[in-house]
Amino acid sequence: MMASTKMQMNSGLSRLSQFLATVLLAVAFVTMPAILSARAAVDIQEVKSDSGVTAWLVEDYTVPIVTVRFSFKGGSTQDPAGKEGLANLMTGLFDEGAGDLDSDAFQERLDEVGAEMRFSATRDSIYGEMRMLAEERENAFELLQLAVTSPRFDQEPVDRIRGQINTRIQRDMRDPNSLGMEKFAQAIYGDHPYARRSDGTIESLGSITTDDLHAFHKRIFARGKLNVAVVGAIDAETLKNELDRVFGSLPQDPDLTKIDRIQPKLGQLVNYPYDLPQATLQFVYPGLEREDPEFFPAFIMNHVLGGGTFSSRLFNEVREKRGLAYGVGSGLQTSDYADALIIGTSTRADRAQEALDVLRETIAKVADEGITDEELATAKTYLIGAYPINNLDSSTAVASTLLELQRDKLGIDYIDRRVGYIEGVTKQQVKDAAQRLLTADPAILVVGPEMPKAE
Amino acid sequence: MKFISGAVRRSAIAAVFMTVPVTAFSEQAPTIDHFSLDNGLEVVVIPDRRAPVVTHMLWYKVGSADEDPGKSGIAHFFEHLMFKGTANHGPGEFSARIADVGGRENAFTSYDYTAYFQQVAPSELRTMMEFEADRMTNLVLTEEVIGPERDVIIEERNSRVESDPSSLLSEEVSATLYQNHPYRIPVIGWMHEIKQLNREDAIDFYKRYYAPNNAVLVVAGDVDTAEVREMATDIYGAIPRGPDLEERIRPTEPEQNTKRTVELTDARVAVPSFSKRWVVPSYRTAEPGEAEALDILSEVLGGGIRSRIYQELIVKQGIASSAGAYYQGTSLDDTSFGVWGSPRGDATLEQVETAIDAEIAKIVADGVTEEEVEKAKKRYLRSMIFARDDQSGMARIYGAALTTGSTVEDVANWTDKIREVTPAAVQQAAKKYLDERRSVAGYLLPQESK
Repeated sequence: MMASTKMQMNSGLSRLSQFLATVLLAVAFVTMPAILSARAAVDIQEVKSDSGVTAWLVEDYTVPIVTVRFSFKGGSTQDPAGKEGLANLMTGLFDEGAGDLDSDAFQERLDEVGAEMRFSATRDSIYGEMRMLAEERENAFELLQLAVTSPRFDQEPVDRIRGQINTRIQRDMRDPNSLGMEKFAQAIYGDHPYARRSDGTIESLGSITTDDLHAFHKRIFARGKLNVAVVGAIDAETLKNELDRVFGSLPQDPDLTKIDRIQPKLGQLVNYPYDLPQATLQFVYPGLEREDPEFFPAFIMNHVLGGGTFSSRLFNEVREKRGLAYGVGSGLQTSDYADALIIGTSTRADRAQEALDVLRETIAKVADEGITDEELATAKTYLIGAYPINNLDSSTAVASTLLELQRDKLGIDYIDRRVGYIEGVTKQQVKDAAQRLLTADPAILVVGPEMPKAE
Repeated sequence: MKFISGAVRRSAIAAVFMTVPVTAFSEQAPTIDHFSLDNGLEVVVIPDRRAPVVTHMLWYKVGSADEDPGKSGIAHFFEHLMFKGTANHGPGEFSARIADVGGRENAFTSYDYTAYFQQVAPSELRTMMEFEADRMTNLVLTEEVIGPERDVIIEERNSRVESDPSSLLSEEVSATLYQNHPYRIPVIGWMHEIKQLNREDAIDFYKRYYAPNNAVLVVAGDVDTAEVREMATDIYGAIPRGPDLEERIRPTEPEQNTKRTVELTDARVAVPSFSKRWVVPSYRTAEPGEAEALDILSEVLGGGIRSRIYQELIVKQGIASSAGAYYQGTSLDDTSFGVWGSPRGDATLEQVETAIDAEIAKIVADGVTEEEVEKAKKRYLRSMIFARDDQSGMARIYGAALTTGSTVEDVANWTDKIREVTPAAVQQAAKKYLDERRSVAGYLLPQESK
């Protein structure tokens, strides 16, 4: 979850989304692995600074800006028991004072320099990003260095941001979909950290002290598990110096608590009954790791079943033929400590059973019969062609992609290799992957009407 | 859909990219080509050759505010129906072709426009133009596709509005704010009228509004302007001009003389929130400089974390968890200016509202400082440089401007106009428009508080 604690709730973007009635709604809770294409004509340089910080750089001077994105391994899973919400709270505080600058002075300086800086915590990592004007590069990196190495965590901003997060927790505690999702996470992950809310609870958040924040920062912000991607108007030599400036003084190794991998507990139906106009359905099937030899067959299978186009089987069966839902889709989730194939939709409450049946039948058909030759061919051309469009149309998108490639340890030449991986997949392999993942008895979440027990 | 990235805490500013005509443009800025075809289609080409991607967008000058009475939702419903196939291409063929080449597509409807877009490799641009031009005139609508798609729209309304108390309230606030203008009706339509929409309504709507002389083509990305010009002339130029359309004159607002409040209580609400809105001029309807002053006013008053409302309510007084202001300038007719807030901790909604009112009163009485105005301008101006990083965002800026009565020149001159705004003009805008006696306040309340 984003640590956008100061997010302007009702401002332009959310208002705009009310006005812009788009055709397809993304299914929440699903992430798609980054896939690269040969046509992605990006020239990636590996830059290693004197202090040993490595970054991938795409140098481009078309627009006079520089975008830097980085991650430290260890997100909200590293929150100590009883201090849930620590990682998330910390990421709301990096522009609330650093070095000699208190909150007000830091923000004033950031505004003068005209750089955009933000941090966020996922379950597995802490992310940071800065977008700056090339002419203010040095001033911007100086502020980033202060934020990364010397955050102040003064009491006033800590209490303020905590108060904002508390408000969000209170909101979620009345929101049936959020409550249903929480119940589902607990049913699937048990006492694993993945079952916890990244926001924490009002109690756990209340117990966090400034000492806890400093200690956590010290544990996580280290060069050893740091990845950096940079795009824009900067050359390799200049970047080396900036990398040393920003990250050079951090300790070498983080102090990470060991987290066990977990198999999501499937074969269960979780109901969150609530009188709503729509039922939200989510199916969780087994997933597979990014390094798994069957990853690409499974990825193609997922694309045909419910990937993000207007041609998937689920889209056709649930939406086009029956008008049961506005959005429906599926995705492979590959996290550091668990994998899953997640399928979801929101459908009218009085036809929830029908939607559930259609989902089951559509999934079973792919599991039993696999996909057709035509579907295989179409999926391959899509997945090969989609990369530059989905991943390269802005500096931010490129930086994000380069960072994820590094986090997944896919190698700087991955772009050249992955077309081969996709093209090599056979129909039989897809069917085998479908058999492996889709024949399991899934975990099912229903928020809305009471549903009969799964057979 | 992706708008401006990095828009988390700066969302209020980011919104400006979408809501105001914008241009950047230092010396290195790309040269934008702009021309019209003989059949009336207006074309804008924005080269950005960094990645092998092109954004192809076709905008129609029709939105929900152009609908006939009783037919609310038809503009948006029709947008969905544009994906149902033509005399030349069966249902789903266009989408399948886009998927085949790894492309991305979607469409959206607003009060004043409807737009369709694809993002593809440049080699596919011609094909996209062929399909898009084809469905401008050759759409086939059968009863078989109408029923299920209407059900989809109903579910869309359920997802976006019925399931979300704040959306329900926002609809009611709009319906109260605009007493006569069709902006009072939600873009997606009222549920009871959506349920009545039929094939005949759709065909009437199509025949009336979908023609080259009512559209704007925007192409952004890895293209050569001369090639696009030739391609567009070749493909879109072959479509005959449609009948002349009536000028877009909608019912206007009467003089508003009342303060109105709208309240919604819902069990799903945990933390109350409030908003207040006023009818104000848009970029098209404002006196020269007035819309720019409203933009600066919204930024100084509540545009981000350095704004007065944020600093006073959230940082200094510590009574709000979120609060701010916005101005929706890109609009064909008079539009709205709004403020909002939600309490934090033990503070009450009333305290938040009082504190926001006080910030507005301070500006009305004492104006804003030269320094505040300069900082706001600087933020807008540099945001334009960041905007150039996103080709589809650029395409949207031009498309939205050209379908709401602005011109390419307006977009190009916007930064100069922003530079001219004075503190006195900002104060004057606040004084003239943010009058409590003609505002509409919306209160979203938890069940037990009333």
